Amino acid sequence: MSDVSFVVNGKRVSGAAEDRTLLVHFLRENLGLTGTHVGCDTSQCGACVVHVDGKAVKSCSMLAVQASGSTVVTIEGLANGADLHPVQAAFKEHHGLQCGFCTPGMIMTATDMIARHPEGLDEATVRTELEGNICRCTGYHNIVKAILAASKTMAKASKGRAKQAA
Amino acid sequence: MYSVNYHRAASVADAAKLVKSGDAKLLSGGMTLIPAMKTRLAAPSDLVDLSRIKELQGVKVSGKTVTIGAATTHYDVANDEKLRKACPAFAHLASLIGDPAVRYKGTIGGSVANNDPAADYPAALLALGATIVTNKRQISAAKFFTGLFETALKDGEIITAVSFTAPAKAAYEKFRNPASRYAIVGVFVAKGKDGVSVAVTGAGDDGVFRSKEIEAALAKNFAASALDGVKVSAKNLMTDLHASADYRASLIAVMAKRAVAAANA
Repeated sequence: MSDVSFVVNGKRVSGAAEDRTLLVHFLRENLGLTGTHVGCDTSQCGACVVHVDGKAVKSCSMLAVQASGSTVVTIEGLANGADLHPVQAAFKEHHGLQCGFCTPGMIMTATDMIARHPEGLDEATVRTELEGNICRCTGYHNIVKAILAASKTMAKASKGRAKQAA
Repeated sequence: MYSVNYHRAASVADAAKLVKSGDAKLLSGGMTLIPAMKTRLAAPSDLVDLSRIKELQGVKVSGKTVTIGAATTHYDVANDEKLRKACPAFAHLASLIGDPAVRYKGTIGGSVANNDPAADYPAALLALGATIVTNKRQISAAKFFTGLFETALKDGEIITAVSFTAPAKAAYEKFRNPASRYAIVGVFVAKGKDGVSVAVTGAGDDGVFRSKEIEAALAKNFAASALDGVKVSAKNLMTDLHASADYRASLIAVMAKRAVAAANA
């Protein structure tokens, strides 16, 4: 057993966990954050993607104790109260989900992808960058549309903020 | 996953001590080891986490000499500006490993120590005549990769860095398995002051190897056309459900051609 302590969605949490506990299980079972899903359990599908220290990683391929001391953001930590995060809003608007199982991982991957491409995204880039996220409903078309739309909205918003700051 | 004891190493010296406990294994990005433990293909008693050791992280380029810390992630290798100038083929290779989430965690030292027969880095290191630096000694890539998942590393020996001289020209071309994204065949070509070397991953029965046929054809003329009609022997190549040895042999020539064209572009 080890003491695991990190900041999850802005809140400091700690608890004891067996060293073999995967981060995804700690999030779901110890913290009740069941938005992060276990899809394939073989680190291929990306349903478990969360942000650890600002990077989108697969929480089923990482021990909870490895993340101790880190800052973790899950799908539950994206929205600002009742206001959806722009990527969540775009998935809703463009119907970027069918059954919804892969959606938390898709959205966490998408927010990371958009942050890494401040110059903007094109369809080919989005499709390549989604190679670690699998949608069993094969609803990729609208997922890609949603990510492209969110990337535009967020670029506009950050330009707006830059103007205000100037 | 079986029960395991986790230790976070503060330094290489600390890790070298910790790895002596029980049946311990070194943990870096964990992108191979953790999935292997989940399926119980690996069951170490202890894990020694190297990923937070600062001295193992980062890319240094001084003149033509490139040194990459063992705990540098694929993401950091792919995006290092100095490396992209000194040896763009190497940075590009890193950007082709796994998927974005895997590249954030997986490290060059972990990949090299694991020596998966379809891993990308071994091809680059062998073709570049790289040196693998451990906490005990320096090993040339030619002596380091000894077989399928086998290396010259002794028990408890820790890779600290890899280093190589940036070549005049180089490129990596990879024919991916569309599902796993691993190389069915990957070919790294390099042209430096010691001539042309060509290393192949994904195809060899014994893991990464240098293709003498391709090297001979390119030695006189480093051009894609020099490989017209060159036959690669299927002897000692892998046959599995993805590709036969003959198909892999054919792909080696095709990928080598593309790599030479890219290196000359």
